[in-house]
Amino acid sequence: MRRFSWFNATSLTLGFAFLYLPMVILVIYSFNASKLVTVWAGFSTRWYGELIRNEEFLDAAWVTLKVAFFSSTLATILGTMAAYVLVRAGRFSGRTLFSGMIYAPLVMPEVITGLSLLLLFIGIGLDRGVLTIVLAHTTFSMCYVSVVVSSRLTSFDRSLEEAALDLGCSPFDAFRLVTLPIIAPAVISGWLLAFTLSLDDLVIASFTTGPSATTLPIKIFSAVRLGVSPEINALSTIMIGIVTVGVITASLISKRAAVAQARDEQAAARTT
Amino acid sequence: MAETAQKPKTKSTAPDQAFEPWEDPNAKPLIEFRGVTKRFGDFTAIDDLTQDIYEREFFALLGPSGCGKTTMMRMLAGFDMPTAGEILIAGQDMAGIPPNKRPVNMMFQSYALFPHLSIWDNIAFGLKREGRGSDAIAERVEEMLRLTRLERFARRKPHQISGGQRQRVALARSLAKAPKLLLLDEPLGALDKKLRQDTQFELMDIQEKTGTTFVIVTHDQEEAMTVASRVAVMDEGRIVQVATPAVIYEAPATTYVADFIGDVTLIAGEAKAHESVVEEVVPEPEVAAPEPLVAAAEGERAPQPNALGEWLHDRLLTRVLGPRKAAPKLLPAPEVAAVVEAPVAAPKAAPTEGLAIHWAAGQPPLVAANAPPDWAGKRVTLALRPEKVAISKARPEAANALQGKVIDIAYLGNISTYHVELANGSMIKAQMANTRRISRRDITWEDDVWVSFSDTAAAVLEE
Repeated sequence: MRRFSWFNATSLTLGFAFLYLPMVILVIYSFNASKLVTVWAGFSTRWYGELIRNEEFLDAAWVTLKVAFFSSTLATILGTMAAYVLVRAGRFSGRTLFSGMIYAPLVMPEVITGLSLLLLFIGIGLDRGVLTIVLAHTTFSMCYVSVVVSSRLTSFDRSLEEAALDLGCSPFDAFRLVTLPIIAPAVISGWLLAFTLSLDDLVIASFTTGPSATTLPIKIFSAVRLGVSPEINALSTIMIGIVTVGVITASLISKRAAVAQARDEQAAARTT
Repeated sequence: MAETAQKPKTKSTAPDQAFEPWEDPNAKPLIEFRGVTKRFGDFTAIDDLTQDIYEREFFALLGPSGCGKTTMMRMLAGFDMPTAGEILIAGQDMAGIPPNKRPVNMMFQSYALFPHLSIWDNIAFGLKREGRGSDAIAERVEEMLRLTRLERFARRKPHQISGGQRQRVALARSLAKAPKLLLLDEPLGALDKKLRQDTQFELMDIQEKTGTTFVIVTHDQEEAMTVASRVAVMDEGRIVQVATPAVIYEAPATTYVADFIGDVTLIAGEAKAHESVVEEVVPEPEVAAPEPLVAAAEGERAPQPNALGEWLHDRLLTRVLGPRKAAPKLLPAPEVAAVVEAPVAAPKAAPTEGLAIHWAAGQPPLVAANAPPDWAGKRVTLALRPEKVAISKARPEAANALQGKVIDIAYLGNISTYHVELANGSMIKAQMANTRRISRRDITWEDDVWVSFSDTAAAVLEE
């Protein structure tokens, strides 16, 4: 039996074309020599050169990276703590409510998250800028981190921590020396996920930003309103590249951890 | 009870004497449980338990799952705190002392080796927490590696070694800090039987070398009996009996212990003072010596003539061979070495003392000489180990002999256990060493047999 029948091949092609054709076109046109976005005039890296000389875009990129770095780091710390407590605390009253509340922002419309954060920042009189975007991004990306980390923690052998305590560790040392190194792959892939989420975000950032801080997605969005320039294509291509690398790395890390775990389990099963 | 005094009871701790500090009123226990109760919600895991454990002991907590043995161990390690009562280690109350501040180390059932650290670092882990110098740590780790024969694996990660080696790493890691007390939670549960037996002796050897007090939790009674100096049999949060393995096996305190440890037939009945009731049931045994194997072989050795053969002989062969003999010669008897006497324990035809236990209508009362005579009139249970019950085809000369039919045979290679059903439907297990090859075994399914045992073979338990 052939693995790809005529029907399967077609549906696969159509599906992937639907998903990736827009991006492929964008990437191709970023190497267009012409200034007109829709007319192909030969291969060129001209727009990448222009992009590098464009101070506005570079500033926005720098702001975006700063926001992504700080918010994902903060989200990783908070999300890991939340996951640890929810998995380890056992049954306490309101546990279901708490875990539900941690995961709720995953399905919350971004517009509502953005709006409510904006109202909060106005209410407490916080000047909008890089700080507010970092806080906003931390809020929604820590849910993703805690989902990733808690799924690792549920399969974590509790007796490893008990062994560390038994051998003279304080509870904090046990976490630092035993738990954290073992769940590190999940924590890192959580961090990468939060980083790419922050990099992409337009809606929440535009609600919580101020005049001093423009992230790259906001910049692109406002530039496109004045007409699509090939520079934007080049910029978008670079962003697609960064996000792709981030996602692939994250999945490779968690895949490798899963393989290592499976190998350990197999080794254990074989020898017992 | 005759078998209880196997080890010499001594109050001296001289090295040539048996190690029995629990017999010494002056010995100071290392661990004291004083009225310890542990509840998880409505469930009482440990119920008002008081028990001393002495230095250098190899103490086994034995019981089915859920009997509280693991809770006892976790309270010693400090992972659980007692609801009531106190636990003392070396005279110090352990209330409120966290696991990392106790002079106790534990070997976990899952071994709990740190997967991200090498074997060397796993063993050094506890030493590093103590803040010793790196030279002292290295020296101690090497010593532990030598003790557990793991030198070759020091640089490997836990997933790169076998289960038996991991077990030894776990042991080395928990012994590295030279704890006063080592707790072992089902340490051999994950090993296969052969490796488990080897490791049991290794554990005993290491315990002797290091002089550490070991407390082991297990549900495997064979393991507890092999390694422990004393065994505590637990049931529903209580210790039912604490004694040496020999006493636990030969003189169980209750039917629960008898039933839990090893294979046993329990016979409940009413004890009466023994009058020579047995005599009237005893028919004169037709075979003088209980020699069922020879009896069976005799039948095989005789020629088996049939009518046609006899007719042919009479018509054709008489002229050549002479007249047919009515009683033909037997084949030569098998060599004497192969004849094994049925293992009847010290046959006594008519015991004169002890109890007669009336246990079933239509069955002769069972005679037990190893019970106080003032139990007459009480309900008692006889706990009868299968290896103390002999099985034979002819009626043996023993204090107790019962007739029945073989229902089942469990062939274990070295021994066979016969399940014999008596006329009233009750089952008795008898065990026999397979001293001859299976093809020569003469007792088989559906055979009518006698099971017999001496008047001291069974432990008599009050109900």
